[in-house]
Amino acid sequence: MSHAHPTSMGVDSRKMAFWAFIGSECLLFGSLISTYLIYKGKSLVGPYPHEILNIPFTSFSTFDLLMSSLAMVLALAAIQRGDMKQGKIWLFVTAFLGLVFLGGQVWEFSHFAHQGLGLTTNMFGSTFYVLTGTHGAHVTVGVIWLLTLWVQALRGKLGPGQALTVEIAGLYWHFVDVVWIVIFTVVYLIQ
Amino acid sequence: MSEQGGAGATHATTGTYLRVAAILVMVTLIEVGIFYVPAFQGILVPLLLVLSALKFALVVMFYMHLKFDNRFFTFLFGAPLFLALGVVIGLLFLFYGSVRLRAGG
Repeated sequence: MSHAHPTSMGVDSRKMAFWAFIGSECLLFGSLISTYLIYKGKSLVGPYPHEILNIPFTSFSTFDLLMSSLAMVLALAAIQRGDMKQGKIWLFVTAFLGLVFLGGQVWEFSHFAHQGLGLTTNMFGSTFYVLTGTHGAHVTVGVIWLLTLWVQALRGKLGPGQALTVEIAGLYWHFVDVVWIVIFTVVYLIQ
Repeated sequence: MSEQGGAGATHATTGTYLRVAAILVMVTLIEVGIFYVPAFQGILVPLLLVLSALKFALVVMFYMHLKFDNRFFTFLFGAPLFLALGVVIGLLFLFYGSVRLRAGG
């Protein structure tokens, strides 16, 4: 379905519903970030955040996700002007950068596990894995969504008429990015 | 511009997207840089929060197009966002406030 239905307010119904969904996601991540902050510094045993968090590595992940957001807006702009060749390229780049981020998170989690930090090791482990794991699950959903759009574009089923579908996927992707912006500051930089 | 708030709503140009990306990268570099500079340790937390809020606002305004889109979308996003912020601040205040009271009592 490419054409959405306008509401009585003159806005698109699918876009309105998606913004409401993103609003509810703010509350979900707000509660997870609250939990992390409340239990910050309450761990009775290590490893502690300053012992294992790798700032240079996470800075690269942050850069990667920011560039994926840029790729996403370039994909949308290309599809809106009917340049499907560029649209396909940028959609793939966005999904690829998302996969790179996920790969980094898998490496980080396994590295922490080897360092002795499990989900039930201490309060830091519990709140850290739940917060960043929930974000990672959102990135995974986003990557699957983007790859689905990319395959549709390859089959010729995605064009300027479906720009709204791409825009909504983009809203989700950018939201995942802004959540990471907050997590990077609150969890990694403010120790 | 087609239907307001639809797929064809006016968005930023490619040049603007690239400039926003450059600012986002620069702010991230500044964040990481001040993290390692001991002179900033005293004001590190407020400084990082301001820089993070700047990045957040740039992505939401330009990449999520809230600057150009229907104001109702800003309300749909902003209202829960401020509610979430209130929850974070309220819970922190309640938790640390209760710890202080117990310690004082």
